[in-house]
Amino acid sequence: MTDATDVAGLPREKWTGFTTSQYIVCLKGILVREWLRYLSQKERFVSSLVRPLLWLFIFAAGFRQVLGVSIIPPYETYVLYEVYITPGLCGMILLFSGMQSSLSMVYDREMGNMRILLVSPFPRWYLLVSKLLAGVGVSLLQVYAFLAIAWFWDVKAPVAGYVMILPALFLAGLMLGALGMLLSSLVKQLENFAGIMNFVIFPMYFASSALYPLWRVQESSPLLYKICLLNPFTYAVELIRFAFYARIEWTSLVVVMAVTLALLGAAILAYNPARGLTVRKQDMGGSQ
Amino acid sequence: MKLQSRSPETPRTEERAAAAALELASVSYNYGQRKALDDVSFAIEPSRFTVLLGLNGAGKTTLFSLVSHLFSPRTGRIRVFGQDIDRNSGQALRRLGIVFQARTLDLDLTVRQNLLYHAALHGIGTRVARQRIDELLHSIDLSDRIEEKVRGLSGGQVRRVEIIRALLHRPSLLLLDEATVGLDIKSRATILKDIRALVERDGISVLWATHLIDEIGQADQVLVLDKGKLVADGPVATILSNTGTETINQAFSKLTGITDMNVRGGRP
Repeated sequence: MTDATDVAGLPREKWTGFTTSQYIVCLKGILVREWLRYLSQKERFVSSLVRPLLWLFIFAAGFRQVLGVSIIPPYETYVLYEVYITPGLCGMILLFSGMQSSLSMVYDREMGNMRILLVSPFPRWYLLVSKLLAGVGVSLLQVYAFLAIAWFWDVKAPVAGYVMILPALFLAGLMLGALGMLLSSLVKQLENFAGIMNFVIFPMYFASSALYPLWRVQESSPLLYKICLLNPFTYAVELIRFAFYARIEWTSLVVVMAVTLALLGAAILAYNPARGLTVRKQDMGGSQ
Repeated sequence: MKLQSRSPETPRTEERAAAAALELASVSYNYGQRKALDDVSFAIEPSRFTVLLGLNGAGKTTLFSLVSHLFSPRTGRIRVFGQDIDRNSGQALRRLGIVFQARTLDLDLTVRQNLLYHAALHGIGTRVARQRIDELLHSIDLSDRIEEKVRGLSGGQVRRVEIIRALLHRPSLLLLDEATVGLDIKSRATILKDIRALVERDGISVLWATHLIDEIGQADQVLVLDKGKLVADGPVATILSNTGTETINQAFSKLTGITDMNVRGGRP
């Protein structure tokens, strides 16, 4: 390679863009880095499992007798409360993981690592989508680990459900990761992120169908019911719930896809150096 | 340490002579109401060692953020080897190697993992990247630390790894923002010498931002930034002549209005 040629051996002046294999190299690099960071934070894996397992083992056991779940689709018979909340707990893992990824983006920005990503010559949208995919990949692993443990707790689905749930989890993970990415662009400092998490995670989780069926919510509070219907997390949970039984809930699929595209578009715009919200900040530039 | 951005036998090309390595035309940038850069224009010729001198808060880091496309200028144009950073950001960024003021290596990853990550972000496959990493780490005598986590390296070693990371994709223009901050005198001198050698031997263009006057050394060109404005641009001799001063310290003092300078330490 000479000075007049690039890495691929092409003349610099005749460079017309990256090849497909270079795009794949870039994606792979971002995925590997996320994976390595995840491996270096073993407590992250443990805590990501402990949280839903506590809900499954303790909360669900306690409320089993209090909260009756009637036969509602996709269930064809009465199910235990543990079975009902399992898709919601999968959603919880994705929700926390999405927020964790965005937290790491804020951290990376403060520590400067984010700049290395953003000054890559690849299109910024591609870098952000790759980063998002890397985060989703890690969270999928967590969900399957949780489902494996839940299986021993007698929370079982048809074998096809464990395959069908993958695209549903992937889509829900993308939506929640994109939300986290958008939030990370809005948050100026790491300290502010904890507050945002409390204002996002808990309302999203509790005002959804994750813990109780919507018909029960409607009975007790019509207003909360309407809020639940406006909450995209509800649709993510229902998408996962139906997929777990090898079925597709089309409304949820459309809503989750639409919200994912909207959030991702907003996040990419927010990270755009010309129009984005980050241009108002000084922290990316460090000292002036 | 002998940094190499390319094979020693590789001849310099005339390609770079076609356009300025870096060109800013009437660039301004504000943080809210506060002006960080005010109508800054200059050009850096290829294969030159250029020092951007300014006090803390003069706008150096903002300028670097604009050149590296983290921000876009409110007004004006930035071109890297003729490529507009806004319109052809990919073309421009692939010619740039950047060492930021803040440490940007991932502390929890090894030196090799950090460098492979950077290579991937430039589309360089693992096989080629490993080869280049081995060569570059050997050149700075850090081959034995390749599998060590960055957390275990000294400040000077981290900085040197960051510099070779910036060279991994063989850039034509290297930007270094306060690259020697926090380093001892020996490390500072070594890094400066090696960067200078890169310009001489490999024809890389370098923009070296600093607030330390003694780092001007043998700069081909000096840019003085004060409160967001470019107040001087040229070789040291020209700046001295234009300001009617005998030393660069005096010139800097005159240009910025700073009267109390710690001359011994070279810190304005």
